[in-house]
Amino acid sequence: MNFDFSDDQKMLKEQVRKFLADKSPYKTTRRVLEGDEAYAEEVWKGLVELGVTAATIPEEYGGAGMGALELCVVAEELGRACAAVPFASSVYLATEALKLFGSEAQKKAWLPKLASGAAIGTIATGEGPQAPSPRNVRTSFGGGKVNGEKLPVADGTAATFAIVLVNTGGSGDRSLSMAIVDLAGAGVTREVVKTVDPARKHARIAFNGAAGELLGAEGAGWSQLETLYDVAAVPMAFEQIGGAESAMWMARDYALQRQAFGRQIGSYQAIKHKIADMYVKLELARSNAYYGAMMLSEGGADLPIAAAAARIAATEAYDFAAKENIQTHGGIGFTWEADTQFHYRRSRLLSLAIGGPLAWKDKLVTRLERKNAA
Amino acid sequence: MDFNDTSEEAAFRAEVRKWLEANAKRKSDDKQAYRARVDDPGLLRAAKEWQAKKAAAGYARITWPKEYGGMGGSPIQQVIYQQEESNFLVPLGFFDIGLGMCIPTMMAYATKEQLTRHVKPALYGEEVWCQLFSEPAAGSDVAGIRTKAERDGDDWIINGQKVWTSGAHYSDWGIIITRTDPNVPKHQGLTMFFLSMKSPGVEARPIKQISGGANFNEVFFTNVRVPDSQRLGKVGDGWKAALTTLMNERLAVGMPSGGLDVDELLELARGTELEDGPAIRNGHVRSKIADWYVQAQGLKYTRYRTLTAMSRGQTPGPESSIIKVVAAPKMQDLGALAMELMGPAGIMTSDVPGSGGFQAQWIGGAGFRIAGGTDEILRNIVAERVLGLPQDVRVDKDVPFNQLGKTK
Repeated sequence: MNFDFSDDQKMLKEQVRKFLADKSPYKTTRRVLEGDEAYAEEVWKGLVELGVTAATIPEEYGGAGMGALELCVVAEELGRACAAVPFASSVYLATEALKLFGSEAQKKAWLPKLASGAAIGTIATGEGPQAPSPRNVRTSFGGGKVNGEKLPVADGTAATFAIVLVNTGGSGDRSLSMAIVDLAGAGVTREVVKTVDPARKHARIAFNGAAGELLGAEGAGWSQLETLYDVAAVPMAFEQIGGAESAMWMARDYALQRQAFGRQIGSYQAIKHKIADMYVKLELARSNAYYGAMMLSEGGADLPIAAAAARIAATEAYDFAAKENIQTHGGIGFTWEADTQFHYRRSRLLSLAIGGPLAWKDKLVTRLERKNAA
Repeated sequence: MDFNDTSEEAAFRAEVRKWLEANAKRKSDDKQAYRARVDDPGLLRAAKEWQAKKAAAGYARITWPKEYGGMGGSPIQQVIYQQEESNFLVPLGFFDIGLGMCIPTMMAYATKEQLTRHVKPALYGEEVWCQLFSEPAAGSDVAGIRTKAERDGDDWIINGQKVWTSGAHYSDWGIIITRTDPNVPKHQGLTMFFLSMKSPGVEARPIKQISGGANFNEVFFTNVRVPDSQRLGKVGDGWKAALTTLMNERLAVGMPSGGLDVDELLELARGTELEDGPAIRNGHVRSKIADWYVQAQGLKYTRYRTLTAMSRGQTPGPESSIIKVVAAPKMQDLGALAMELMGPAGIMTSDVPGSGGFQAQWIGGAGFRIAGGTDEILRNIVAERVLGLPQDVRVDKDVPFNQLGKTK
């Protein structure tokens, strides 16, 4: 039985943790949240220098050629720090999409830039307050041009290119495709939209005849998105786990320090059981995520089920820890000054980013039905 | 990451499997259990025979030193043996308390002669042991026990009552925690002994449970005479000895195996029509199936993480402390939802899908949430030992035991 990360992977984790503790404290997240910066550039540059944006990119495209397990340990640390960087968009999603579906020319064009930090990618799927689906994606692609509007696009003002879910006119699920669009090109306008977590800026992006090219086959966009989300769900789960653990310790530290009715509030079972529940959910999530990481790293057939389980457990753990952390703090936890808000905001962003828990639970059961029928 | 054995582990597994194939019958599927009631005297006889075979082969307690009949093996070898044995149809469960808790406590406190007398018969299943701790007034707060032991020459005279004592009615020996000094605070006045359950004045009465089973007992002690030589630890040091036992309990309390789980619930939901169509298409049902699947997988892989630490020769982390607090409510709630899918007929314990198994889990879950540490005590343990949160205020901490309840 060897169901744990290796010493080298743990060392990488420690290295990223130290870097973020030093360069990305909560006050950096707060600065981005309160200001107009698209992201914390100095943190992003440092991550590029550490080589972690290049981690899973093959060496032939200028990457470090590491595996999914290395990505997962990095993700956990980014979650712990609540870092204000476009890592999830660029690395779990855009980079993986190119690796999975890109032509040789597309990989050569973009992966070296992603590895060196010259490019930041994102994915643009939704078009307003509903989950994107073949029924409601109207942004069109034809004759090499993209037309339509995507809202909200995560890290949409930080990104240099986007993978856009477009309608190419087929029927049903076959109506969607993916297109790569250089966001610096003509016909692209973007503006920041208000969200609950401005530490990761989101954008409205309008495409008016913007130049694009298909990523993957025409009509394969919807199934590609499902594959991509399974791959991204695993590092996303680790990011949520890092956040959940951080929120749990924040609550625990406060429960030790704060006195009420003549004693530490952490001695009351109403509080200590709440924090114990954070731990229980955290460990359930971690164990599921380990299996997800194992399936992702070996390309296991069980990945769709393992990824869904990891995603559901991690969402539950982070949502719970983040909200009960505020509750443990009482009034001070609801103030603008308190650091509790970062995890509350980020937990919701990450919960919804690649589909919420209702959607993932439904997917999981569909996959279990399929597996049990087989 | 992988689930593979190391080459030494694989060799040991092969050896174990070969021995089991030669000595026991393989289960036809992984849900099949040794079907006999716990109170069937034939089952105890069969279990004793199986235990003797295991002990002779060295598998009864793999981690014990050879001088006590063990193998001097590693914890991971013990786990490998249990994993393999779970594929065979063998009667188990009678010796876990004795070998998992009582004898390890004996090893810490008894004399060489006493160990020579008692360890081998326990290991070979010739003598069954029970643990006499809980009392009517001392459950989660086990240090609040009242059973008295009073000195009389070279003996002690024990009077009082124990309860929830698993297997007391068929046990030969027991370890008992008693109060020897009521004039000091509760943790300080305790002393531990071991005694023959056949001693005059010991009476075990099985207690019938909600489930209909009757494996645990109330045990009455009326002027039971125990020689001082059967004292375990110093007079007044019983709490320390009890902690030795309880620490071993946490390692021994396992999971109920072979129960109905998410796969069976999924099958039930596929085959059941609700008002608006098949239950499996109902959003609430799907959401619950997903939640319990995630919990079941989380528990499975949490155990794998613990096994990994053991396999590497490390001390496992605290993650396994979550297992029962998740498994027990899940067992109860999953049973309840399965019953609901069957409509009003969900109350029937036969002529229903799962042959009454879901109903049995709903009933049994209520007990599992209490046995071996309640949900609430387990949360305290996680909060205090894993997260370093403070204990609740103990108003009885510095009060002599016989003064408790007399103030306020």
